[in-house]
Amino acid sequence: MTSQSETDRPILSLQGIKKHFGGVKALDGVDLDLYPGEVVALIGENGAGKSTAVKIMTGIYRPDAGRIFVAGEEVEVHDTRDAWRHGITAVHQETVMFEDLSVAENIFMGHLERRAGGFLDWKGMRRRAAEILRELESDIDADAAMNTLSVAQKHMVEIARALSHDSRVMILDEPTAALSQAEIHELYGIIRRWQAQGKAILYISHKFDEIFAIADRWTCFRDGAWVGQGRIADVTEDDLVRLMVGRSVAQLFPKPEVTIGEAVLEISGLGNAREFDGISFTLHKGEVLGFYGLVGAGRTEVMEAIFGLKPIDRGEMRMNGKPMPHGSPREVIDQGIVYVPEDRQHAGVILPMSIRDNLTLPLTRALAKNGVFLNDRAEQAVGNRFRERLSIKCASLDQKVSELSGGNQQKVVIGKWLATHPGVIILDEPTKGIDVGSKSAVHAFIAELVRDGLSVIMVSSELPELMGMSDRIIVMHQGHTVRELARADFDAETIVAAATGLGRLQEKRHA
Amino acid sequence: MTLTHPSRPVRPMPKSAFETRLLALAARWETALVVILVVICGLNTAASPYFLDLHNLFDSTQIFSEKGLLVLSMTLIVITGDIDLSVASIIALTGTFVGFLALHGVATPWLVVGGIAVGTACGAFNGGVIVRFQVPAIVVTIGTMSLFRGISYIVLGDQAYTRFPESFAELGQGTLGGYVPWEFLIYLAMAAVFAVFLHRTVFGRDLFAIGNNAQAARYSGIRVQNYRFLVFTLSGAMAGLAAVLFTSRVGAVRPNMAQGWELEVVATAVLGGVAIMGGSGTIPGVVLATFVFGMLSFGLGLINVPGIIMSIVTGTLLIAAIATPIVVRRLRLALERRREGNPRG
Repeated sequence: MTSQSETDRPILSLQGIKKHFGGVKALDGVDLDLYPGEVVALIGENGAGKSTAVKIMTGIYRPDAGRIFVAGEEVEVHDTRDAWRHGITAVHQETVMFEDLSVAENIFMGHLERRAGGFLDWKGMRRRAAEILRELESDIDADAAMNTLSVAQKHMVEIARALSHDSRVMILDEPTAALSQAEIHELYGIIRRWQAQGKAILYISHKFDEIFAIADRWTCFRDGAWVGQGRIADVTEDDLVRLMVGRSVAQLFPKPEVTIGEAVLEISGLGNAREFDGISFTLHKGEVLGFYGLVGAGRTEVMEAIFGLKPIDRGEMRMNGKPMPHGSPREVIDQGIVYVPEDRQHAGVILPMSIRDNLTLPLTRALAKNGVFLNDRAEQAVGNRFRERLSIKCASLDQKVSELSGGNQQKVVIGKWLATHPGVIILDEPTKGIDVGSKSAVHAFIAELVRDGLSVIMVSSELPELMGMSDRIIVMHQGHTVRELARADFDAETIVAAATGLGRLQEKRHA
Repeated sequence: MTLTHPSRPVRPMPKSAFETRLLALAARWETALVVILVVICGLNTAASPYFLDLHNLFDSTQIFSEKGLLVLSMTLIVITGDIDLSVASIIALTGTFVGFLALHGVATPWLVVGGIAVGTACGAFNGGVIVRFQVPAIVVTIGTMSLFRGISYIVLGDQAYTRFPESFAELGQGTLGGYVPWEFLIYLAMAAVFAVFLHRTVFGRDLFAIGNNAQAARYSGIRVQNYRFLVFTLSGAMAGLAAVLFTSRVGAVRPNMAQGWELEVVATAVLGGVAIMGGSGTIPGVVLATFVFGMLSFGLGLINVPGIIMSIVTGTLLIAAIATPIVVRRLRLALERRREGNPRG
């Protein structure tokens, strides 16, 4: 859709916005212009400053410097109400809802409408809510309780809430995360209608297919700085990735040439009561062994069992040729096997503790004087070493891990384990939920690890990453290893077929 | 690791190091507790001429020395994210056991050892049930709170054990040089040991890690269940020690001894800055809070305030103490926000 008249003057314009938190600059002089009837895609990696910009536009944060213009007039946005008054509303990434209240109550929460005498106008609000939902072509009942709705329906209510403000500027922050393909297309329809009504739309997404489907223009941030803007029609996906990360996608998988050494970890016939059985594989020195499978195939369960977090009823494990008893995580760590869990925030880092305390957590005893008394100097040294080695972006090691971005938190988890000098590192979905740039940093790091003689087990649901980084891939299905492929035989179709259980049937037929 | 995000030089904060350190000190909860303690002592001095008397002051430490011991171990438990509501009942059971032994002529050293052993066993029982069956600590210790004291009631009924050897009485009633009660010295020594244990050892660090995120602690190789068992056992041992001192000081054991202490102990820990959800707290903080409550009840006792008023006052103090820093933080945030309204101002 092209914009016609009035496009000479933006509805909303940010100029030279700066914002820092403590010593870290979140935004360093960014510009952003939104024109009526246009969809602008705001792109950038996690931590590029997109969410901070949204929070400044909606009055949650105040900028340290810079100016905000609404329809050519300079304004100050002190809080959400100010933003609403200027016609700016946002649909946030994670919906915050009052689960026990009705849909209509949720839509008008914060700006309840009143009738004469100061009483709440529930009848009017219910009618308006129903109208807005109809406008969205949604069949959600305005009187239904929130907790009876699906995640996608809740998202629709969130959008309805934004619409209840008569806004001129709609900000959609990762709006499709919870939506199905059909619902995404419905959302496109809604956005196109807003365009026709002359609203300006800011669309924030990591998904390029969506950006190319819906956006007219793009604006890119990198590390809190403005990188550029332009028309979507003039760029390719590759161009955008290069703008976001400052280099091209072609470099993404830095698979190193490493000579694979002797067997390090040998697993045979591993099984427990419910989750997996007959798991056998061998990991060699300098090898990256990929594990593929659908959700629920039992990959995480196997890794947690090896790490001592789950029971094992059958099978044998050998480390460096010696039998390894199934013990607690502490004993497994002492054997040189470490595990970076999938759930970084809950199992990986301890958010309220400092970066240093997190980095030295498995090591405090080894560093301590007489094995008992904390050794601050040694801990600081370890902290500094791994902060540098992993280039953890922070103001000080005393900073809480909760203040770091997701990518940097992941670096803390990996740093914590490297400090123990492991021989085997198990990475469970190491790039889940992190942006393109941090992803390739993790890949480059895996390459560095195997060059240093470590052996890596990588569990991932992203096939390109797995095929790009692994020497071998083991496919799991319903708790069993069903296929093992050498790098030369990697083929996406074969792997997916095996993961869905097809490969197994075929093998049986061949047999 | 490849540098995707080159680390930028960080701007130094526009404050001198001294100023920063001073601010950090002023913001510490322990500083507020010192202020509260000074104010209470000032009021006590104004209210009663008997307060500022060395003899009376040292005497008053016996009000809180036994509870203080319980606060120390409760602090470890709450930091780990658990709670032990059975401590007062462990005192009753242990006291009963010690009284029974004394009645049958057991010598003083064995009374002490036996008392601490029974307390430790009670604590290990709590910890064992919690860890083995994965029952929440609050449930288990509410159960054992009735169980332990119940045993004491069965043994004693409305009777009391009142016969103890003279040397046993020295523990709770004796002093160093006529002034400093042994009890108080034991308390101070234990406080020092706990401070080192919590703040300067690997074990302490691990307890904080567990309290902040037990799952991540487990995934980092910390033996979470062992630690939980350990702190409950330790809590039992401390209750055993407190029971021995209590019995020796009072010279009598009744099944209702130390009734209701568990809540005072938890309240003191919270006043001392221990987060009730776990993960933070300091021994200096809870020691100060112990003194605050001790001096408060000593002062109220001097001016003959009845017990029920005393509990109203301590309750109010607790709420005020917890609410104040929260209110102050809110005010500071509001001020900052207003100041940020004029970016150049």
